[in-house]
Amino acid sequence: MNKIIAVAGVVIKELYRRKDFYVLFVLTALLTVAAGSVNFFHDEKIVRYVKDICLLLIWVSALVIAIVTTARQIPAEREARTIFPLLAKPVSRAQVVAGKFLGCWLATGVALVVFYFFFAIITGSHEHIWPWLMYLQAAWLQWCMLAIVIGLVLLGSIYFAAPSSTSTISFIVIVGILGIGSHLKVVALQQPEPMQFILTVIYFVMPHLEWFDLRDFVVYDQTLVSWAALTLATGYAAVWTGVFLLLAWFGFSRKNLTT
Amino acid sequence: MSVILKTDKLRVEFTSREFRQATKTALVGLDLEVNAGEVFGFLGPNGAGKTTTMNVLLGFIPPTSGTAYLFGIDVRQPIARQRIGYLPELTYYYKFLTADELLRFYAKIFGLSRADTDKRIPELLKLVELEHAAKRPIKSYSKGMQQRVGLAQALINNPDLLVLDEPTSGLDPLGRMKVREIIQRLKNEGKTVFFSSHELGEVETVCDRVAIVHQGELKAVGSVAAISAGHANLEQAFLKIVGAQSQPLP
Repeated sequence: MNKIIAVAGVVIKELYRRKDFYVLFVLTALLTVAAGSVNFFHDEKIVRYVKDICLLLIWVSALVIAIVTTARQIPAEREARTIFPLLAKPVSRAQVVAGKFLGCWLATGVALVVFYFFFAIITGSHEHIWPWLMYLQAAWLQWCMLAIVIGLVLLGSIYFAAPSSTSTISFIVIVGILGIGSHLKVVALQQPEPMQFILTVIYFVMPHLEWFDLRDFVVYDQTLVSWAALTLATGYAAVWTGVFLLLAWFGFSRKNLTT
Repeated sequence: MSVILKTDKLRVEFTSREFRQATKTALVGLDLEVNAGEVFGFLGPNGAGKTTTMNVLLGFIPPTSGTAYLFGIDVRQPIARQRIGYLPELTYYYKFLTADELLRFYAKIFGLSRADTDKRIPELLKLVELEHAAKRPIKSYSKGMQQRVGLAQALINNPDLLVLDEPTSGLDPLGRMKVREIIQRLKNEGKTVFFSSHELGEVETVCDRVAIVHQGELKAVGSVAAISAGHANLEQAFLKIVGAQSQPLP
């Protein structure tokens, strides 16, 4: 475990020394603060709309941080050849993959905590309500969803050598799942065979990232999600992340790395 | 004398798009043994199979057939690399880290305790004369300094076997002298050094035994004196073994 933590530590060190990460991080925090601070005409609908925009911003930024950061991990190690002195040490490729995952996941976790903290402070100071448990549930599920995303991107980065192609393809796939994931079954029922069968299979085999989205719950002040559902969703995310990491390890362990 | 590094009928074939799906044989049944405490030079012209051998020994590529062992452990197991240090030909380190952070990272990978790490890092930084720059990012180092960081990371676990890939390549005479001194020092401490080099004069100076590979095959192995016997020096012997003949200038 120490080796995995050591690899994760280097990922985090690199992130906080990179300017592009800082820019996105600070920009999102500032925009969240700015947008959350406005209170047009004390109109509740507008306030909710602005809250929705803030949460969308948090979602997009967290996704961009997760995808861009993860996509460059292993390709950059191979390109800069830092992978060679590392693998010449008593560390397995599985530990490298796990360390990369842990580093990226922790980094996105820190970003999420900061984003939600700003969001909570700003909206709370206006509305004088502090639904901390709701924010905690929303942030936790988003973090679980990001674990799946990071696992998926890590897998992609093993097969697509260029970080840009991994980022682009991952972004399309993930936004696609988030956008049409919940509607796919309905769309499938309206299709003729064999398209209906194909879409139904896709619906059941794809990771449903949209299930982790609690933005509407936060904006419309709905009740808390049941803890049983939250546990199930966490387990679901753990299974998908495990599958992607296993596939990433399998691919990486079969890669010939020549100096 | 115990054998620390051993390859048994090591064969490596590459099939890739670069070769239009053709198979290129990089190593043809290489048998090699390196004994504890010796400085072993691994020689051969470019493309002979030196780097491929090192890649197999370090677990970067699997052999197509045959086996390789470090300290009696199959090289495919990461634990086989617990007692080795590796210095690549060029400087491949995390440039955003400082030398101190880089060494701490590798110390963690080797499972060194914090107390051992705190003791070892200043010793190594002193050895490679980088104490003054320990807290500076590696990206601000000169090439020679980066090479010295490389040497320090290769020694972080006080290895019993040091694998050096052309350690003096690109270094100035001072840097070369420093590397030679360190190799000599490790030899005196009873460590084993396995290194590839094109600098035959240097190999002659520091090596106990050498192996010469050509086109993936082991052509000669023995003491420097035995290989050079009947020739003016090791370079002449090397050229004869790999079948190279000098052409007179027009």
